[in-house]
Amino acid sequence: MTAVENVRQTSEGGQEMRSRSDIGAKELLREVGSVLRMSEAEAAKLGQIPADPDEDQTMIINMGPQHPSTHGVLRLMLELQGETVLRCKPIIGYLHTGMEKTGEELTFLQGGTNVTRMDYLSPLNNELVFSMATEKLLGIENDIPERAVWMRMLLSELNRMSSHLLFLATNGMDIGAVSMMLYGWREREEVLRFFQKVTGLRMNHNFIRPGGLAADLPPGWRDDVLAILDMLPARLEEYDVLMTNQPIWRERLQGVGVITADEALALGTSGPILRSTGVAWDLRRDQPYLRYDEVDFDVIVGSYGDAFDRYAIRLNEIRESMKIVRQILDRMPSGDYRIQNKKVTPPPRARIDESMEALIHHFKIFTEGFKVPEGEVYVGIESPRGEIGCYIVSDGGPKPYRIHMRAPSFVNIQALPHMMRGGLVADAVAVISSVDPVLGEVDR
Amino acid sequence: MTDVQAAEVLHGAPVTESRGQRVVHPSRAQYVALLKKLLDDGYVMCSDLTAVDYLTHPGRPLPDGVSAERFEVVLNLTAITTRDRIRVRVQVPESDATIASVFDLWPGTEAFEREVFDMFGIRFDGHPDLTRILMPEDWDGHPLRKDYEVGRIPVQFKGAHS
Repeated sequence: MTAVENVRQTSEGGQEMRSRSDIGAKELLREVGSVLRMSEAEAAKLGQIPADPDEDQTMIINMGPQHPSTHGVLRLMLELQGETVLRCKPIIGYLHTGMEKTGEELTFLQGGTNVTRMDYLSPLNNELVFSMATEKLLGIENDIPERAVWMRMLLSELNRMSSHLLFLATNGMDIGAVSMMLYGWREREEVLRFFQKVTGLRMNHNFIRPGGLAADLPPGWRDDVLAILDMLPARLEEYDVLMTNQPIWRERLQGVGVITADEALALGTSGPILRSTGVAWDLRRDQPYLRYDEVDFDVIVGSYGDAFDRYAIRLNEIRESMKIVRQILDRMPSGDYRIQNKKVTPPPRARIDESMEALIHHFKIFTEGFKVPEGEVYVGIESPRGEIGCYIVSDGGPKPYRIHMRAPSFVNIQALPHMMRGGLVADAVAVISSVDPVLGEVDR
Repeated sequence: MTDVQAAEVLHGAPVTESRGQRVVHPSRAQYVALLKKLLDDGYVMCSDLTAVDYLTHPGRPLPDGVSAERFEVVLNLTAITTRDRIRVRVQVPESDATIASVFDLWPGTEAFEREVFDMFGIRFDGHPDLTRILMPEDWDGHPLRKDYEVGRIPVQFKGAHS
C-alpha cells in the first residue's frame, strides 16, 4: 500500500498531514500540511524527486488520540521510515468545548469558574491572569490590598510546585521510571491538600477573583506551608538520586528533542521550553507583576535545549519556588484579602441581615454582575508552562464581550514537529512529555 | 476616552494608549510591512494572535483615519531585549474577510491563524495550511462569530413527557 492510500484510509479531510508527493519544494520549506520546518537545501532535495520513490518505504501512523503518553487526547500523525520520524503533525481539538464562547455568556464574577478549567494543572494561575485583566479594565489594579497580593503570590508559587511535581511524575512514567510517578503524585498531593484546606477544592478552585480572593487563609496555614517546605527538599534530593544522576535517565533525555533559541522564539514558545535554549525569559522577572520584583529568585536557564534541560529546569524551578514561598511567609502582611470597593465586592454576610441596601447590592452583584468599563486589555503572566495571557474586550456590560486566553500549551505544542524530526519513535514519547502540554488548555 | 487620541505615529500607523499598553492601528495594506518593521525593531516574539467580532458592539473608539469594521485581528508582540509589549489591531471588513498571513515573519502564528480561521472565518492569504484546527472538518459556521448561537442541550427532567 502506498503512503497516499494510507493517508486516504485514515483521512478525516484537510486537517491531516499530506503525502510527500502532493507537496512542492517551496511548500515543503514552509511545511504545508505537515508543520515541518526544513532547511532550504533539504527541501529542494526532496522537491526534486517528482514522485518520491521513497514514499513506499515510509509509513504514516497515528499516535493517539488514545495513547497513554500523549497526556490526554493529543493525536500525532507521524511519517516513519523504520524507527525514524520524518515528519509529524499534531492534530488537536478533541477536547474543544468552546470555553471562549462560554466565557462571553458568564459575568466577570462567574468567569473564574470557566478559566480555571482550562489549564487544570495550574488553575490558580488561570484565575490570576483573568482577575488581573479584569482589574486592569476596572482600573483597580493598584488598589488591591497587600495581603491579597501576597496571598496570590503564595498560591501561584505553590501551584507552580504542584504542577512541576506532576510533570516529574508523568515524565518519569513516560520514560520508564515508573516509581517516579508514585513519588511525584505523592508530593503533589501534599500541596493539593493545602489547596483543599484553603480553597475547599483540590482543583478548579475559583479562589482568586477580580478584586482579591474568595476568603482569607485558614488558621494554621503557615504550619501547613512550612510542613510542605520541610518535606520537599529531601524528596527532591531523592529525585536527583533516582533520575538526574542516573545514567539511563540521562541517556534517554540528553540530546533528545533539541530546539535552538532562534527556533523557540520564532515559534513563540515560552516557559521552560524557551528557557532550555538559554533565553532567560521569565515574566516574573522581566515584566514583574504582583510583588515578584521584591522577592529574590533565580531564573533557571538551560544550555542545550534538549529534553534533559527541560526536565532539570522544572526540577530546579520547584526549588526556586520554595525559595519564593519562604520569603512570602516572612513578609505576608496582615490586612484585607479583597478590595473594599462597593462596585466589585459583595457586602459582608452580617451586613445583609441588617441593611436592605446591602441585600439589594449583594443580589445585584450575584445576579447581574458588576459592569466593567469599555475597553480592551491584554495581561500575560508566567504559568508553569509559559506565558499565559488573557485578552478581554469589554463593551461596558457585566459580561466580557470577548475573552481570549493565550494558552502556553497551545503554542508550545507547535514545537513538537520541530523537536521530533529525525528522532526515533521511542524518543517521541520523551519529547511530548518534556513539552508538558495540558490538553484542556490546548483545545479550550 | 483616552483610547481615541492618536498620540503618535509608528511606521505610518496611528498609535493609541489602552490601559497603559501601546496599540498600533495599521490598515490592511500596511499590515505586513508594519509587522516586518516591528520585527526588525526587536519584537521577536508573537505572543498572541486572535480576532474579535464587533458585530453587536460597533461604536468602539478608534483613532482618526481608522474606520471600524466588523472584524478585528489583534496581535500581541513581545520584545525580549527591551521587555516591551505592543499590540496591533487591524480592521477586517465582513464583505472581504481576508488578511495577509504573517507566517513568514513568525512561524509560530501558524496555529493561531488557523484558530482564527476556524472560529471567525477570516482567511489568511499565504497561510501554508489553512484548515480547521479545533472544530471538526465538516463543521458548519464559525462558532465565535456573534451571530452564531450558543448551543443548548435540552435538559430532560425526571418524569417529564418528552
